[in-house]
Amino acid sequence: MSVPVHTLFFAAYRDRLGLSELTVELAQGATVADLVAELRGRGSPFDILPEQPAVAVNRTYAMLDEPLGAGDEVAFIPPVAGG
Amino acid sequence: MDHPELSRSELHRYARHIALPEVGLEGQLRLKAGRVLCVGAGGLGSPLALYLAAAGVGTIGIVDFDDVDASNLQRQILHGTGDVGRHKLDSAADRLEDVNPHVEVVGHPQRLTSENALEILKGYDVVVDGTDNFPTRYLVNDACVLLGTPNVYGSVFRWEGQVSVFATKGGPCYRCLFREPPPPGLVPNCAEGGVLGVLPGIIGSMQAMETIKLLLGKGVGLAGRLLIFDALEMTWREIALRRNPECPVCSDSPTQTGLIDYELFCGVTRPGEGSLHSAEDFEELDAASVAALLASDTPPYLIDVREPWEWAVSSLAERGARLIPLAELGDRLGEVPKETPVVVYCRSGQRGQSAARQLVAGGYGPVSNLSGGLLSWAESVEPGLPVV
Repeated sequence: MSVPVHTLFFAAYRDRLGLSELTVELAQGATVADLVAELRGRGSPFDILPEQPAVAVNRTYAMLDEPLGAGDEVAFIPPVAGG
Repeated sequence: MDHPELSRSELHRYARHIALPEVGLEGQLRLKAGRVLCVGAGGLGSPLALYLAAAGVGTIGIVDFDDVDASNLQRQILHGTGDVGRHKLDSAADRLEDVNPHVEVVGHPQRLTSENALEILKGYDVVVDGTDNFPTRYLVNDACVLLGTPNVYGSVFRWEGQVSVFATKGGPCYRCLFREPPPPGLVPNCAEGGVLGVLPGIIGSMQAMETIKLLLGKGVGLAGRLLIFDALEMTWREIALRRNPECPVCSDSPTQTGLIDYELFCGVTRPGEGSLHSAEDFEELDAASVAALLASDTPPYLIDVREPWEWAVSSLAERGARLIPLAELGDRLGEVPKETPVVVYCRSGQRGQSAARQLVAGGYGPVSNLSGGLLSWAESVEPGLPVV
């Protein structure tokens, strides 16, 4: 049984990945860290994602060990420096 | 709190504030007693300083070391056409004095560093982060945490912005959100990536609003919440933030109790400064040396790592340059011949350094970077070349 999670990318992440959202199928019991590893493992351009990105699960900041469930929304919060 | 009195002209000026139950006479006196430091008098700092001055915030400090450039004016509404070439602090002081002569503007004409940050920030009630680079953002955050001063954060990129309030008592800090700085080159700055001028107007105004609420002690602030704004979609997304119990600076048992070297932390170097790479990695060449190499019988492979729109304005295409934007370099390394000298260049030299490092890591070389970028080329080799 795989667990579909809905990932969102903003700002520089969206530009570099060329997409703003993506549904990823994860194994049961997968965590945010597993999602990041799955994406980075796809190689370029997903390997631009940091190993420890800032992410929000269902609009709440999440640690890497946070478990993900079916239908969760995982937003990658991009670092932005412009002023 | 010991409140200075308000003059008759001030009472008249602030009548619409005083009419608000949440402000009133007492609130307006709080604003007058308030001391706010704006870090940066640019896109965010412009609306911020203008609104703080108009609102009657008594002391407005501004840190900026830059002069006004014509390319600032599309968003930095604190400065006008006649201010081009002036120091931003002089321009800001004149404009703010005109907006409200009852406020005091304190200029700090220097780059904020780990050596001077605590001295500059202390004595302010609120610090507002309107800088344009990661090292200064981490520096402002850490200094605010150490001093216990709220940090009203805003940042912008192209059509998107972020705003929050960090380092309040019990609230998360910037480091709780962004534990590690992004690798250099991942996030273009506004000069490279562009920014729609109204965007910092919106985000900077939000920062002004949060600052005034903090001074008044009214309303629900953004501490613990991050707002992400998308101007193209015209949406706000709210993220609930958490304090990181293991945050190196703001946790109960911090591992970092002073300021550090933030350039090193973020892995960036300033143009013209010594850098983190060892000397044998790649060479920094001045414009005259690059020109001589290009004119030789065995010219190097020349790569322009800027963005296509910068290339469209001017480039060294006639001297054999190829365009490979820094962000695409990793995917397009195959286009670069091996065992050939490579010279890279960008606008000011920083992206060139990142590109040179990537090429060296990929086994290319020998690799050189045009020191100071196309700007220095236009200064010494090709006067009149327009560089944006």
